[in-house]
Amino acid sequence: MTKLALSDEILLRIDKPARYIGNEVNMVRKNPKDVEIRFAMCFPDVYEIGMSHLGIQILYDMFNQRPDVYCERVYSPWSDLHQLMKEQEIPLFTLETQSLVKDMDFLGITIQYEMCYTNILQILDLSQIPLLAKERGESYPIVIGGGPCTYNPEPLADFFDLFYIGEGETRYDDLFALYKSVRAEGGGRQEFLRAACKLPGIYVPSLYEVSYQEDGKIESFHPKYEDVPATVKKEIEMNLSDTSYPRNPVVPYLKATQDRVVLEIQRGCIRGCRFCQAGMIYRPTRERNVDMLKQCADDMLRSTGHEEISLSSLSSSDYSQLPELINHLMEHRSQGINISLPSLRIDAFSLEVMKKVQDVRKSSLTFAPEAGSQRLRDVINKGLTEDVILDGAGLAFAGGWQKVKLYFMLGLPTETEADMREIPRLADKIARRYYEIPKEQRKGKCQITISTSFFVPKPFTPFQWASMCEKEEYLARARVVNEEMKEQLNQKSLKYNWHEADVTVLEGVFARGDRRVGQVLRKAYEKGCIFDSWSEFFDNQKWMEAFEECGISIDFYNLRVRDEDEILPWDFIDCGVSKEFLKREWARAREEKVTLNCRQQCNGCGAAAFQGGICLEHQN
Amino acid sequence: MAAELQHFREVSVLNIRIKFQKYGVMKFVGHLDMMRFFQKAIRRAGIDIAYSEGYSPHQIMSFAAPLGVGVSSDGEYFDIEVSTSKSSEEAVHDLNQAMVEGISVLEYKKLPDTAKSAMSLVAAADYFIFEKPGYEPLFRSREELQEKIQGFYENQEEIFILKQTKKKEVEMNLKPLIYEMKLLDRNERNHPENEAADWGLFLKVCTGSSDNLKPELILEAFCRFCQADYNPFQFQIHRLEVYAKSDDVPVKGEKERERYLNYLKRLKQSYKEREETFPTFLPLGELGENIENC
Repeated sequence: MTKLALSDEILLRIDKPARYIGNEVNMVRKNPKDVEIRFAMCFPDVYEIGMSHLGIQILYDMFNQRPDVYCERVYSPWSDLHQLMKEQEIPLFTLETQSLVKDMDFLGITIQYEMCYTNILQILDLSQIPLLAKERGESYPIVIGGGPCTYNPEPLADFFDLFYIGEGETRYDDLFALYKSVRAEGGGRQEFLRAACKLPGIYVPSLYEVSYQEDGKIESFHPKYEDVPATVKKEIEMNLSDTSYPRNPVVPYLKATQDRVVLEIQRGCIRGCRFCQAGMIYRPTRERNVDMLKQCADDMLRSTGHEEISLSSLSSSDYSQLPELINHLMEHRSQGINISLPSLRIDAFSLEVMKKVQDVRKSSLTFAPEAGSQRLRDVINKGLTEDVILDGAGLAFAGGWQKVKLYFMLGLPTETEADMREIPRLADKIARRYYEIPKEQRKGKCQITISTSFFVPKPFTPFQWASMCEKEEYLARARVVNEEMKEQLNQKSLKYNWHEADVTVLEGVFARGDRRVGQVLRKAYEKGCIFDSWSEFFDNQKWMEAFEECGISIDFYNLRVRDEDEILPWDFIDCGVSKEFLKREWARAREEKVTLNCRQQCNGCGAAAFQGGICLEHQN
Repeated sequence: MAAELQHFREVSVLNIRIKFQKYGVMKFVGHLDMMRFFQKAIRRAGIDIAYSEGYSPHQIMSFAAPLGVGVSSDGEYFDIEVSTSKSSEEAVHDLNQAMVEGISVLEYKKLPDTAKSAMSLVAAADYFIFEKPGYEPLFRSREELQEKIQGFYENQEEIFILKQTKKKEVEMNLKPLIYEMKLLDRNERNHPENEAADWGLFLKVCTGSSDNLKPELILEAFCRFCQADYNPFQFQIHRLEVYAKSDDVPVKGEKERERYLNYLKRLKQSYKEREETFPTFLPLGELGENIENC
């Protein structure tokens, strides 16, 4: 049996020691001596969150299919263990063989949200790997970043040796082959990085130079050497039906956030909401073949023993074979399998399905209108009208549902006080629809819950040029909504939740920041910031001190409306969607003009160049 | 056996008791997570377990005596209900295919229809406790431990400790709750792990919902008796077996009671034939019978 990296005494002193022991069902076992490349794959958050991430499961499975690679997992040690590891200078280890991360060939870190950036520094620090890429000698692993946040990797540029931009299925084989050949020729770290930057999708930040104007904007961004490509094009898997998908995913002992089989039915979204980064960077929309999905579902249920299966996609209702797939999954109901259906549009079909798999009295229906007024919904291109929402709610109420959840964003471009006030009014209209049902046919009150988050503009969206608000302004907007709540007829059936705005401000800086904000991350980590997405750890005071001490202005990043001809930190990346399209959409937003979805009409975003998915469907 | 099985075919579910061992890194997986682990393992093994009614049906499963984090065991039990069953041999094999390193299924036995749950029957448990390497040893030799046990357990009529409850400290006499305390030499049967010490302390203690005695409490008192500081990390506690009282009828209903008493009679007979005394406690697993190939 594997000897654990941590002593019994440490494991018994900390919370949930099962986070650190590995040995789960379907964990891949190899003899490290039999492989040429050892890869530590990291999700920089606590085990239960990290284990729920599909992307890592796909890569873990894909890498380990190769006989010459052993991919092992690493997650963020919780704060209790963090402290003990620092005190006793215990280096961070992988779960599978409990080997030191610093002895690996690669450390791959998936970067899913801005508020995990300090956790990335924690991983490097606990692994005893120098935080700055330029300080790493030959013995250290090559540190790779991947995931959606790498569409603006610049705030993290100093900490990573390379970034893999795009979907992981396509280019790792080339990267591993290159690594082996550079090694075989006696080359080192620099030789490998210099060669890797020529592979499509690979960005080596140390090979690029940035200069700034006096006003702080980027003056120029270019490769340091002639043989280094000036743009990096995203990688994309165009055949999702004939590619790696984990049939034997690892089953954690602890209850993970996703304690179920996850079936990714498609990638991308046809809708084109203007605030949504995923809707742009994963273009074109590509479906997986329904027969493949049925096979995957059966295999994964058998190999994991999970009691639930969930469909994953940005908008499941747009999957063309949805009824066939759901009917197949329903056959597993007799074996006690639950089916979870997130991101379904509320209509007669979905309600009928949900009625079969949920207890209607306990479950709630979710709508995400994102904006309260039709005007603002047109600005953001959210094609959901009030009639559709009210009709959907009406159908649901008739079907026995009583609980509705509504999600909105505050701080969207062009938002006025009137738009804010429409949020509770819309909720009230839904409640009115409920009380139209004759009293003897309904069971008590309905429950409408409104949640608002604050909008953060993201790279590669039409809103990438938009300004944000100051923290106080966000909170003032939430207060407007709260006041308006009290004016509603059915206020006793309505509930309103909103978030703190501190995190929003930081997300704004790191989503659209340049290389200079990296020093703030480092400073904040040194001050003890870690697990910033966890409210019990988030310490805004320390962050503000870090900005102050680094002389970095939050307002510069958040409060400006950027010029369309300003050089943006992520301009060197080609995500398939053209800047012209984004500018066009930014203009149409301000004109309150809706753009049709990809299935209705091609809007010439540029993704057709990938020759597949919805773009070809449209040609037919 | 065939006649007895006949009876069970008439009812919709079979009661099954499963025994397993837990050692190595698995001792860090807590009780609730072990339940979740087995729920999934039972699906992987293709056991035809019965589900509760409702929108989110769950498996009918109950554990005998939760094991603390850090404690290893050779005798863990839980009960399930199945709609149809494989033979015990097949079921143990299939379950073990679905296990991980550190968990092995030892038994899969059919219980009478009206069997009381394992949890309600638990009356005693055996433990093997030894010192871990890396700490200043408390007992330098077998003889020293033997001598201390003599002084602590054999020679004291009463062993009082102060037990902290939510509201106050109460005095508690451990002596009547410790059924046996002696020196034990490790062998393959009582601890499979090589890193375990060659000898240690054996305890048979009162366990269950009413008078539960944690072995840690005895250890603490024992250390105090030996005038040593009690360091809980210094000891590995290993559960060997969990028992029911042999005179506690483990079934409900008159007919079933009679059937059980008949079974008990046969069991007593078999002990007699082996020239062994019939024990006060029976391992929970002995209250079930193997399912043969049908």
